[in-house]
Amino acid sequence: MQSIIFGKLTLDALPHLWYTIGGTSAMAALGLGIAALLTYHKRWHWLWHEWLTSTDPKKIGIMYIIVASLMLFRGALDAAMIWAQQATAAGSAGYLDANHFQQIFTAHGDIMVFFVTMGFLFGLLNLIVPLQIGARDLAFPFLNSLGFWLFAAGALLINLFFVVGGDFAAAGWLSVAPLAEIQFSPGVGVDYWIWSLQISGVGTLIGGLNFLVTILKMRAPGMTLMKMPLFTWTSLMSSILIVSVFPILAATLVLLWLDRFLGMHFFSSDFGGNPMMYTNLIWMWGHPEVYILVLPSFGIYSEIVATFSGKRLAGYASQVYAAIGITLLALMVWLHHFFTMGAGANVNAFFGIMTMVIAVPTGVQMFGWLRTMYRGSIVFATPMYWFLGFVATFTLGGMAGVLMAVPPADFQLHNSLFLVAHFHTMAIGGGLFGIFAGIAFWFPKIMGFKLNERLGKYAFWCWIVGFFISFTPLYILGIMGATRRLDHYDPATGWQPLFITAALGLVVIACGVVFQVVQIIVSIKQRKQNIDTTGDPWNGRTLEWSTPSPVPFYNFAVIPTVRERDAFWDMKSSSAEATEDKHAHYEDIELPKNTAMAIYLSAFVFLAGFAFVWHIYWLIALGLVGAIICVIIRSLDEETEYIIPASEVKKMELARVSK
Amino acid sequence: MKRYQFLLLVLIGLLVMFGVILFLGSSNIALLNPKGLVALKERNLIITAILLMALVILPFYIFTFVIAWKYRAGNTKTTELRRGRKVIPEFVWWLIPSIVVVMLAAVTWQATHALDPKRPLASAARPITIQVVALNWKWLFIYPEQNMATVNFIEFPAETPLHFELTADAPMNSFWIPELGGQIYAMAGMTTQINLMADAPGEFPGSATEINGQGFAGMRFIAKATSQSEFDAWVASARNAARPLTSATYAALAKPSESNAVAYYSEVAPDLVRSILFKYAPTIGGNH
Repeated sequence: MQSIIFGKLTLDALPHLWYTIGGTSAMAALGLGIAALLTYHKRWHWLWHEWLTSTDPKKIGIMYIIVASLMLFRGALDAAMIWAQQATAAGSAGYLDANHFQQIFTAHGDIMVFFVTMGFLFGLLNLIVPLQIGARDLAFPFLNSLGFWLFAAGALLINLFFVVGGDFAAAGWLSVAPLAEIQFSPGVGVDYWIWSLQISGVGTLIGGLNFLVTILKMRAPGMTLMKMPLFTWTSLMSSILIVSVFPILAATLVLLWLDRFLGMHFFSSDFGGNPMMYTNLIWMWGHPEVYILVLPSFGIYSEIVATFSGKRLAGYASQVYAAIGITLLALMVWLHHFFTMGAGANVNAFFGIMTMVIAVPTGVQMFGWLRTMYRGSIVFATPMYWFLGFVATFTLGGMAGVLMAVPPADFQLHNSLFLVAHFHTMAIGGGLFGIFAGIAFWFPKIMGFKLNERLGKYAFWCWIVGFFISFTPLYILGIMGATRRLDHYDPATGWQPLFITAALGLVVIACGVVFQVVQIIVSIKQRKQNIDTTGDPWNGRTLEWSTPSPVPFYNFAVIPTVRERDAFWDMKSSSAEATEDKHAHYEDIELPKNTAMAIYLSAFVFLAGFAFVWHIYWLIALGLVGAIICVIIRSLDEETEYIIPASEVKKMELARVSK
Repeated sequence: MKRYQFLLLVLIGLLVMFGVILFLGSSNIALLNPKGLVALKERNLIITAILLMALVILPFYIFTFVIAWKYRAGNTKTTELRRGRKVIPEFVWWLIPSIVVVMLAAVTWQATHALDPKRPLASAARPITIQVVALNWKWLFIYPEQNMATVNFIEFPAETPLHFELTADAPMNSFWIPELGGQIYAMAGMTTQINLMADAPGEFPGSATEINGQGFAGMRFIAKATSQSEFDAWVASARNAARPLTSATYAALAKPSESNAVAYYSEVAPDLVRSILFKYAPTIGGNH
């Protein structure tokens, strides 16, 4: 009877270890704190109607960034625990047992990739892409809300193991088979892994589809593909990759779940299963995922370099073809993650060379930025600092990557800390720095005031210095023969000083994070001084800067007509356009209504995910049926939009101008 | 940023780089100080690849920061330079990395075939075959010709090719002896191969590199190269001292255990490795 109601869930699953109690109380404290604040300021109604149920991409974008920031703290805490262990565990066991240590690095990887970088990325796409293409909304506003809420449900589920179960996957961030099979990982950890990734992955897929259609179908009149800003281009490429490979992830996770749940043998070593198939499938998704993360950053750098050099982006067409080339090649290189699995020399050499070819379009993008700066008039605002930090790190990390694309070199570097240092260089230098640059760049557009420049630069210096202190030792450790994921090692190896240095680097990075937090607080306090009245604080080039800051909820009172590549620069240079704008004809604006259905739907999906983890069959049924009913109800709702009459738009615009 | 700050930054960067190079030169870095033929070729390949890439990366690196500094908004000296025409045609952007990649691709194609782990090493000496079974969480080494087995330790004569045949009776793993050369997966129901050779006597640490559960970090072993006579003596003493590896002793050994001490077995049950393979691949039984 108990197993019918509770499945595998028993009282033992409640928190009783120091870290589950810690995690649970931290989450409870955060939740209660927010609830208390909302109650005190009587903001529940505001939160629900203005934010949670909103279909406005700008608000959804901010919610993505908030969730991603929270997860960044969780992921950074994991990183700190990993490094504290490795700095101290020479010869002794360290303060963590092996299994717990393995859970931590697994969670660190998953959280940083799926919930931090992807979250920031979708945040920026939501905030900026509609503005850059002159659209008022996304193609599918409800799906956008649903994508976010599924992402949030996944984020909650991956942290829920603190509260219920106390056991997370310990098989690496991709839960390698056959280690992730029930035989070797009998706990619920891998199930939490499967379902949090599956749920947020579906959210990502929906989001990617949405941006693909939005960018292709909703551009302002006159904006042909070859007039799109580079960030929009790379977002389009990223969306194409998402739509191409996230279904592979979903299918792979389902197969792994079938192995674990129904005792099937897709990826087991025995009974005809084949773990090599898992390795292939997961990297067929996993490698393009790297480019999904890094391509939008490339777009951000293109915008920033052009803006702060005060010039058109050099070699626009080359940059676009380079982005397309990276996208296509990204799908053809997955095997370089396992040259050491014993494939023949022809296969290895083919995938190695395909991987190197990616260096060509990447190099072209780099040359483009260099050529844009050349003979420019470069203003060193914070975003430009992040760009130079990116060049300083990414070129070295890229070189390490191409090196590992040579199969026999990879035989010596695979699964070593050299590899770990390489992909952190790409993810931090390529991905995260781009995100920070983008946030500093577009912050005034969204919030109406600039971030404090001085504190931003302090944060940058801490990050870049800390980065090199942390990861240079890891490159060296790798060529000393240190493998990744070691919970302890022999002191005779002489690795400990380098591990300690790496851990100290993290302290410097942490100072950078502190500066970023302080920067936001100080900037909010000084918002009157840093206010952006023009809507164009950086002398921008693309359409988003033609709107006032902060952007009105309808984005554009009048949809602009695009004639040139840098559409707003073109408008600014021809004064005729500007005067014409003032006498514009306002039209009725059609916008999507708020909807709570995405929240209900995601809640049911979350319940189903939880029930799958614990084998609670009635709850699985309830969750799935509930989700389907939500879809049906939503499908029957024909009045999902409302209209702001032209007169109302005019009133709001005049009120804004007179202010 | 002031001029002196910029120069200071460049100086610090150069100093750090110099320090790292000094450290790499002075310490005993496994990959840079190979003790075997394969590792030596792999090191030379790594250095060739780095130098080839540095041809483009290094100038690019320097240009970026010099240009960023030179064309900073406040710099009045370059004002008249700013109105310029195209300096380098765009196709050159594509050409330069392409040339490097073509060169690197040629090197890669050649090296991948030459250093294919399956390829036997040329040597006058007769190769020694060592069968490797990755277990949870230790390495079992079987010497079929010597009819003996060891756990977490191998000994072999220097300048003699070693032919490793690997499988697993546990999750997927990877077998790596950095100073001799790397690295190949060991997988249940399948056999992979790697050929290595030590130049001179010495002790070389080896490890498991693929996460495989709780005892992962303790799954290390020593590969010891000796003279032929020492090796013969070692084989004789190991065969005298130890118990046989029957299927029953194997079953006990295969149970999960962590940080195992070195152990020796004389006499290995015939077809032990085949029976391990057979557990996972009854229809194939074999050689991939």
